[in-house]
Amino acid sequence: MAKTLAEKVWDEHVVRSAEGEPDLLYIDLHLIHEVTSPQAFDGLRLAGRPVRRPDLTLATEDHNVPTIDWDKPIADPVSKTQVDTLRNNAAEFGVRLHPLGDIEQGIVHVVGPQLGLTQPGMTIVCGDSHTSTHGAFGAIAFGIGTSEVEHVLATQTLMQAKPKTMAVTINGSLPAGVTAKDMVLTLITHTGTGGGQGYIVEYRGQAIEELSMEGRMTVCNMSIEWGAKAGLIAPDQTTFDYIEGKPEAPKGADWDAAVAHWKTLVTDADATYDEEIVLDASVMTPFVTWGTNPGQGVALGGTVPVPADFEEEQDRVAAEKALEYMGLEAGTPMREVRVDTVFVGSCTNGRIEDLRLAAEIIKGHKVAEGTRLLVVPGSVRVRLQAMEEGLDKVFSDAGAEWRGAGCSMCLGMNPDQLTPGERSASTSNRNFEGRQGKGGRTHLVSIPVAAATAIRGTLSSPADLEPVHVEA
Amino acid sequence: MDKFTSHTGVAVPLKRSNVDTDQIIPAVYLKRVTRSGFEDGLFSAWRSDPDFVLNKPEYASASVLVAGPDFGTGSSREHAVWALQNYGFRAVISSRFADIFRGNSGKAGLVAAQVDEKVVQRIWDHLDEHPGATVTVDLESRTVRAGEGPDAIVDSFDIDDYTRWRLLEGLDDVGITLSHADVISEFETSRPSWKPLTQH
Ligand code: SF4
Repeated sequence: MAKTLAEKVWDEHVVRSAEGEPDLLYIDLHLIHEVTSPQAFDGLRLAGRPVRRPDLTLATEDHNVPTIDWDKPIADPVSKTQVDTLRNNAAEFGVRLHPLGDIEQGIVHVVGPQLGLTQPGMTIVCGDSHTSTHGAFGAIAFGIGTSEVEHVLATQTLMQAKPKTMAVTINGSLPAGVTAKDMVLTLITHTGTGGGQGYIVEYRGQAIEELSMEGRMTVCNMSIEWGAKAGLIAPDQTTFDYIEGKPEAPKGADWDAAVAHWKTLVTDADATYDEEIVLDASVMTPFVTWGTNPGQGVALGGTVPVPADFEEEQDRVAAEKALEYMGLEAGTPMREVRVDTVFVGSCTNGRIEDLRLAAEIIKGHKVAEGTRLLVVPGSVRVRLQAMEEGLDKVFSDAGAEWRGAGCSMCLGMNPDQLTPGERSASTSNRNFEGRQGKGGRTHLVSIPVAAATAIRGTLSSPADLEPVHVEA
Repeated sequence: MDKFTSHTGVAVPLKRSNVDTDQIIPAVYLKRVTRSGFEDGLFSAWRSDPDFVLNKPEYASASVLVAGPDFGTGSSREHAVWALQNYGFRAVISSRFADIFRGNSGKAGLVAAQVDEKVVQRIWDHLDEHPGATVTVDLESRTVRAGEGPDAIVDSFDIDDYTRWRLLEGLDDVGITLSHADVISEFETSRPSWKPLTQH
């Protein structure tokens, strides 16, 4: 029977299926961090159960760790408790951990791919909704709750009802200066935050094939923001090239066997999806959010919407509330919105390619007066790579803060937070009320928009920048 | 996990759509390492407003939440479910739940009863007229009930069969799965050798 990519990967992992029950799905890789795991280990301990496969489990510290003074004891007592708890649990249950100070420490969704642990055709879960990031490699990857974390620790499986499948086909090529982030923000505004609910989404089409692995990760990362269970992309040469040579990638004959299998991971020509959406990349432009969910977005060249213009009552009310929270007037050109803080980082846009692109735009400029730019690499490896390339110097010379690795201001669990009323342009994935700090106002943006905004102090794209004067 | 058959309790109308898990419990409250004590963080931003519905005395002992569509979107934090439970909620009624939230609820023993949008509206109207009234969420018959007499609201709700069975029986997932440990071991023997390991 013809199958979609998601169905192939799913079916390869069904350990047990029974009428009227969810499938029992085998999990190839379980990623763990300090915030959603303590109660799961506690459950194991209470029941006297071991971790079934420590060799398929990896832990990092990312969500609440400080991005300055990481070599000193963690100042926040509660963060310290969580990190200490993770360290104790990892030691007790024999789980590999990359703690603060380790070269592989960083955001769990950056670390998996950079280690080569994220590979096509796998099932990957983590107690974090942005696990969908790993779908970029053609894996089924999704976020789970703490009870499920405990379930995977104890059994290396999960009970899951098989989701429906959807294809999002993005034809054409992205115009220059328009990125994967703009693509996914456009998609979410187009579909609404609930549009993907109940589906595993396969992103396909020319614009997706033309993306780098980093870009694909950005797209898959935000699948959850429009409600999808997971998002994935068929592996191709770009994928294989990215994985080859990574520390945990298959080697020698194993590599050949793996690639041969990975090449079968494409949707069969005559397979059908339960739902399809088609978009055209060639008409996409830099895209930003104006509201308090990722589906409240508009072209950077546009204006803050007028709530009355929304057809649905629900959307009108939501827009009114959002504008009030965001402190925005309907009709204001987005380019006139002043920004206090620019955050470059997160598992959406905190990889080396993102930092390179930001540095390229910022080089020779200064961060605008009254604006601060926070650059937080997704992992220590990304940080070191960036420093080797001199990117840190570009950022510091411009007046930016160059930080240690972690989630940082993406969710404001560590000291990197917005103050009430403070406005940010953020390369992260969520603009919910208070996400980046109580009362903070977040505009989700791409890397080029973040960089240009830092320089101009208002939401901008690189096209708005004065050319840098280069000394002869 | 305690068995859930039917629950009748004071219902509180939360007239908002898209209540994401950051609103249910902001990230700053996630730092505990236990499953209890999260009630303080529940809807904390809204609760600082004295007019917020949960602050009204008639809802002090509320145990059923009646919310707008797309409840529980956003982060996967199960703390959102615990916070609701720690506060005293046994069931949430909405016309649409985010997938992860629904899954987490079922696992932790909170009933996420999905009803038609019109039913939510009717219950809201009923609660507006009778603040502090109770609503029944009957898992056995999959019905929600409110009011009495000719105006009584009785309607069915959606919950998948498997979750319903587990909640009714009060069964823990890990125990159920471990009863299939031999099937899991057998599956493991057929995994390709090139699949990655985190420890060698
Ligand atoms: S960077 Fe943000 S979205 Fe990504 S894992 Fe960390 S908190 Fe979650």
